[in-house]
Amino acid sequence: MRYSGWKVITQGLLGNKGWTPAWRDPAPKAEYDAIIIGGGGHGLSTAYYLAKNHGLRNIAVLEKGYLGGGNVGRNTTIVRANYFLKGNSEFYSHSLKLWEGLEAELNYNVMHSQRGLINLFHSDGQRDAFARRGNMMINQGDDAILLDREGVREHLPYLDFEQTRFPIYGGLLHPRGGSARHDAVAWGYARGADRLGVDLIQNCEVTGIDVEGGKVVGVQTSRGAIKAKKVGIVVAGRSSQVAAMAGMRLPIESHILQAFVTEGLKPVIHHVVSFGMGHFYISQSDKGGLVFGGDLDFYASYAARGNLPMVEHVMEAGMTLMPMIGRAKVLRSWGGIMDMSPDGSPIIDKTHIDGLYLDCGWNYGGFKAVPASGWCMAHLMATDTPHEVARRFRLDRFRTGHLLDEEGTGSQHNLH
Amino acid sequence: MRILGKGQIDRNRPISFRFDGKTYQGYQGDTVASALLANDVRLMGRSFKYHRPRGVLTAGSEEPNALLEVIGATNQTPNVRATMQEVFEGLNTQSQNRFPSLAFDALGVNDVFSRFLSAGFYYKTFMWPRAFWEKLYEPMIRRAAGLGRLSGKHDEGHYEKAYAFCDLLVIGSGPAGLAAALTAARAGADVILAEEDRELGGRLLADEPELDGAPARDWVATVEAELRGLPNVRVMTRTTVTGAYDNGTFGALERVGLHTPARADLPRECFWRIVAKRAVLAAGALERPIAFPMNDRPGIMMAGAVRSYLNRWGVTAGKRVTVFANNDGARQTARQLMAAGVEVAAILDSREDASAIEDCPVYLGARVTDTSGRLGLRAISGSHVGGDFQIETDCLAMSGGWNPTVHLTCHLNGRPRWNADIAAFVPSEGAVPGLSVAGAANGDFTTHGCLAAGQAAAIAALAEIGVTAAAVPLPRAEGVPYAIQPLWLVEGKGRAWLDFANDVTTKDVKLSAQEGFTSVEHMKRYTTQGMAPDQGKSSNVAALAVLADATGRGIPETGTTTYRPPFTPVSIASMGAGGRAEGFAPQRFTTSDQASRDRHAPMIEAGLWYRPSYFPKPGEKTWRESCDREVNMVRSAVGVSDVSTLGKIDIQGKDAARFLDLVYTNTFSTLPVSRVRYGLMLREDGLVLDDGTTARLGENHYLMTTTTAAAGLVMRHLDFIHQTHCADWDLRLISVTESWAQFAVAGPKARALLNAVLDAPLGDFPFMACGETQVGGVKGRLFRISFSGEEGYEVAVPSRYGESLFRDLVAKAEAMGGGPYGMEALNVLRIEKGFITHAEIHGRTTAFDIGMEKMVSAKKDCIGKAMAARPGMVGEEREQLVGLKLSQETKAFGGAHLFTQGEAVGREASQGYVTSVCWSPMFGAMLAMGFLKNGRARHGEKIRIVDHLRDLDLIAEVCDPVFHDPKGEKLRA
Amino acid sequence: MRLTCPLCGPRDRREFYYYGSEDYLQRPGPDAGPEAWDDHLHLRDNIAGEVRDLWYHETGCSQWLIVTRNTVTHEILSTELVADRKKKGVRA
Ligand SMILES: Cc1cc2nc3c(=O)[nH]c(=O)nc-3n(C[C@H](O)[C@H](O)[C@H](O)COP(=O)(O)OP(=O)(O)OC[C@H]3O[C@@H](n4cnc5c(N)ncnc54)[C@H](O)[C@@H]3O)c2cc1C
Ligand SMILES: [Zn+2]
Repeated sequence: MRYSGWKVITQGLLGNKGWTPAWRDPAPKAEYDAIIIGGGGHGLSTAYYLAKNHGLRNIAVLEKGYLGGGNVGRNTTIVRANYFLKGNSEFYSHSLKLWEGLEAELNYNVMHSQRGLINLFHSDGQRDAFARRGNMMINQGDDAILLDREGVREHLPYLDFEQTRFPIYGGLLHPRGGSARHDAVAWGYARGADRLGVDLIQNCEVTGIDVEGGKVVGVQTSRGAIKAKKVGIVVAGRSSQVAAMAGMRLPIESHILQAFVTEGLKPVIHHVVSFGMGHFYISQSDKGGLVFGGDLDFYASYAARGNLPMVEHVMEAGMTLMPMIGRAKVLRSWGGIMDMSPDGSPIIDKTHIDGLYLDCGWNYGGFKAVPASGWCMAHLMATDTPHEVARRFRLDRFRTGHLLDEEGTGSQHNLH
Repeated sequence: MRILGKGQIDRNRPISFRFDGKTYQGYQGDTVASALLANDVRLMGRSFKYHRPRGVLTAGSEEPNALLEVIGATNQTPNVRATMQEVFEGLNTQSQNRFPSLAFDALGVNDVFSRFLSAGFYYKTFMWPRAFWEKLYEPMIRRAAGLGRLSGKHDEGHYEKAYAFCDLLVIGSGPAGLAAALTAARAGADVILAEEDRELGGRLLADEPELDGAPARDWVATVEAELRGLPNVRVMTRTTVTGAYDNGTFGALERVGLHTPARADLPRECFWRIVAKRAVLAAGALERPIAFPMNDRPGIMMAGAVRSYLNRWGVTAGKRVTVFANNDGARQTARQLMAAGVEVAAILDSREDASAIEDCPVYLGARVTDTSGRLGLRAISGSHVGGDFQIETDCLAMSGGWNPTVHLTCHLNGRPRWNADIAAFVPSEGAVPGLSVAGAANGDFTTHGCLAAGQAAAIAALAEIGVTAAAVPLPRAEGVPYAIQPLWLVEGKGRAWLDFANDVTTKDVKLSAQEGFTSVEHMKRYTTQGMAPDQGKSSNVAALAVLADATGRGIPETGTTTYRPPFTPVSIASMGAGGRAEGFAPQRFTTSDQASRDRHAPMIEAGLWYRPSYFPKPGEKTWRESCDREVNMVRSAVGVSDVSTLGKIDIQGKDAARFLDLVYTNTFSTLPVSRVRYGLMLREDGLVLDDGTTARLGENHYLMTTTTAAAGLVMRHLDFIHQTHCADWDLRLISVTESWAQFAVAGPKARALLNAVLDAPLGDFPFMACGETQVGGVKGRLFRISFSGEEGYEVAVPSRYGESLFRDLVAKAEAMGGGPYGMEALNVLRIEKGFITHAEIHGRTTAFDIGMEKMVSAKKDCIGKAMAARPGMVGEEREQLVGLKLSQETKAFGGAHLFTQGEAVGREASQGYVTSVCWSPMFGAMLAMGFLKNGRARHGEKIRIVDHLRDLDLIAEVCDPVFHDPKGEKLRA
Repeated sequence: MRLTCPLCGPRDRREFYYYGSEDYLQRPGPDAGPEAWDDHLHLRDNIAGEVRDLWYHETGCSQWLIVTRNTVTHEILSTELVADRKKKGVRA
């Protein structure tokens, strides 16, 4: 069923009785050409592009819970392409272009809103580091504008400019940066994949990966064994566990990242604002809640919930940067399990097992990557060669030293 | 309407307050909701999506409808629950999410179009044309959405945070909580009793049962008096426990000053972190509505809330009340109203077999099928076995049963259990380690049962931590079991609301099931059920019951969504208390701070320290003028600069030398005593961690310096290497950064200046020498090192002498044509000399990149050596440190990219980037440092510098990064 | 979240710095080869359940601790000093 404003009106007049399920609820078949483990953003987009770009039809996504129940539905929805290292730069640029056509592509309003992202800086040194980034963005063909203090004030008059602890020197504006509605992205890809014949199988946990003679032949699941010629592991925070089923040890440590939303408020924050000194970032959702977050809790965890020290740190950062939000009340806090890699950049690569592919290491930046990750993972799975814009996301780069460390914090997983 | 003789408000203390510009009268003890009801104001808010007129539904923090803005003298607070805001003289409130007025809201048209605004409609439309989303649709949606307003002004309010510790935290002060607290208190345990309300008592206040044959209030007062009198008990009212966290930590919000006019001595709120060895959750239960058609009109309220208003505030919410319920409890509402002289039109009991004997008409097997009254309830339609009927009524008290307040037990991922007997979820045991649940929160709905359970929970909890508590005498109370027959919704023509705040109706939930959003989490996200300010406290269970029904599953299989902290919303300002302005991070000041400020030096932040940027002289108009002068001063005479912020680590022991050989790439065991050596330190992953000089003060005594930024990092790193790899070595490390004030004295007249301050003239003291010295009778240390390229020394004295030494040095320097210099000059001096800082060693550079691979000793292992040899870490592909000489005086900045001349500008074509730039007065040119692909082989090449952001496109000559005195003759002079 | 430092007693999580898995304790020899080093620094079992990881009592006694913890429940099972391990080893 195609969605449109007209459909909303006609269905409304008919009592909304005619809406059909967004996706089927199929039982798993005995065998697929390709299986994607993980029904998060990346898994769903991989399946979608496998079908759409590469013509595969006999595909299943196996999701242990419900579609979009992992990080894709828990993130703070920032979509940006402001990286400065070759490897990341072209990949996120590609992703942003896909975002810009996503509503039309999926016939689903994912509410991609390019309201502009501002990264603040607080010293000459930071300004130069952001300038390096902004120049790379333009080298890549994207957009960036360096704002001085007064330029920032024009956009964000409510910041505390008198604050002298980390005075605001200026900011890097990424006009095409912004946000999107996270659930809608998962649902849009799910619906799109389903329409192309992909079987989306929920409540189906993969418990084993079957390998014969160095080649993958299928998976064991909570709903029985399923054969497959190709298997993609796309399970974000659970990557290590699933890879272990194939005897692999990954360069990943899983950490908790919390996020927060306030009660609904009339619009006050019109950009995405990022305050590096305080590890704080914020935007306001279309529903009116301030959506914000900060750093990891910093200890390895699968609990998908955090503790007060980081909660309070985030709130303190908010108060020092923009004290006007003080009276907004935090409605809900939550956490996601982040697949942290040793250089903060992702992995989209083959494994030592034939037909087994890996897409992980998204740290806390994988939401914006959803379109391109699926695009490139699908390319890899279909053609056995890395996609041009993802060719630097190699699994062996930590051993060989071809790192993509934007933060410069080194091999410690939780520092990215 | 106020009822004479009822309620616990202080009728001798009338209070006037404002709501939407009108002044109303209430009494001390009133909430805004109770006072407005007393004034017959039923319309208090507008709903989120359809802008439906709404009145107060509850009497507690779970209120979904009556949300207000409180207008203070300087700022305003949005989304305040009228049920929680106590009135005080001068309180000014206004309704929100309406335009132009509460009674007439233009966006009320949404209600007319509601059929087009069903669950998730926005995912299906607003897609075309693409550009309209940001320009038209989204702004329109944003303006319509949201509830209250922030003013946009800084919150200047005073907030606090605090820690508390106890043996037993009791959450809630109803019968269970009071019994638990009293039992623990008498056993001598450290007790904290936290109660959200302003008074202790919980439902004992609202329901007014009898205890020992007397009003429950009497017993509450006696227990409260005892608890408050005990030194081992802290009673915290107006305190909501908002979150359960790991290892016995709880968050709690105390509303300290929100119930009075602003007072300088009271914070608005205080956020507590309570560390409890054990906790008892006695948070009671929340009543749930029934989803019958048009159940959202002002005047339709929870039956328990109607009782609360009657008994606590002496207010009847209507003149002619009707009760609609599926359980026995709500009968009390009718009885108590009648006893107070309020007319009860009828009781509609959905159960067919319930008792029909009351002092008012009782309809059994009854349903409310419709309601009327635009801005307030006027009449209801009902049906029962005998047929349909109509009742004129201005207040409908409804009860769909009670949900135990399980929320805190879910904060650590605990899942509540379905209990069919009470048709509600109850906490799973052990969901929060160390926390047990008692009373109504555990599904026990009798007063007698709550008292006993509270006591038992306290005794058991204390036993676990070795405290023996005895049973205390508890009052006699009723023990009639709770009887309920589930009724979640009444089918009918009109819309039936589940989530009042977010305007989620039973149709939305059914539609979500119809569209395949059948998991409870999908339903929540698709319909936004439970995501409003009340977090679905009263509606979630009914919503999932409707979903269960629509999908043909049972409630237990359908499951619940997860409750997450906070239990009730908490202001950012309270959890962020102390963070404002300078409070956000510690400030570190050098001993020369005042002296620098006396000279009007602008201070800039560096690794939490403040350091002078430059020292302006009269007549200097720009920082550049001052900086140029200071650079020239150092090159031609002498300059003084405070370098105390550099990290200093004292390393002693027989194995100190061996340790340094392990942590530095180069060798320190061969360093003679009284000599200093530059050292390079890698992370274990082979990238440069830090650099600095280390002095050998004695055979087994070294003093390491680190950069300012990396001081903490290096200390941690050294402790790690020591304790993991060589804990058995004879070695001690300690940071002495704060113990010493250290000043750089640099320039051709440096020695002369030192001789003017040191107690004895400097003898033979070659480059890289170090030793003890004496200044004004004080023992200090002297190092001959230089970060400027000039003859340089650093003199250190214990911190308490720092300021006077700085002032003395500066005064004497000025007499020689020198003076102090700041960070700007320091930066120019080091660029001219090709010294690196964290602009160059930014965590992605190797020893190879910065041209120091020869410093990685081939003769020994060191931290980072193995990983530095990875193929990706060396070779022509790497960007290497170079100098860049710009041909003209032009603007140039760090962050520009380098391109080979004649090649197109683009990502892959980028050859590197500029890290540091300065105007060099000595060379009369802009000098820069940067990283260039295979740069060491490209000295002499003219390279293009492109800075899109600053609109610059320049040519520079690649050269060695050491511009000034490449042979180092000046250093050694 | 609270940890019990063997030297300082029970303390708030804020006093501690987290580093990572105890794998960091097994430093390979200088010539162990790239696989061994990759293993040491990057590859992780990353268990959902009981783990041993390294924390530094940074604003306390400056001791590094091995903490046995459950990454699913956040239960802290035990804490010991890293330094003791080496010292004991030497004595043995
Ligand atoms: C608080 C927070 C804020 C964030 N903010 C941003 C942001 O602003 N911008 C941004 O770009 N990124 C952000 N991220 C990161 C982003 O959300 C993730 O990187 C990204 O969603 C991960 O990819 P995914 O969507 O495929 O993961 P997920 O949605 O987690 O999908 C993985 C799926 O695999 C399933 N699975 C796991 N094991 C198995 C198994 N054995 N069998 C079957 N299925 C299995 C899981 O149930 C899950 O559904 C944030 C993350 C969090 C938690
Ligand atoms: Zn300690």
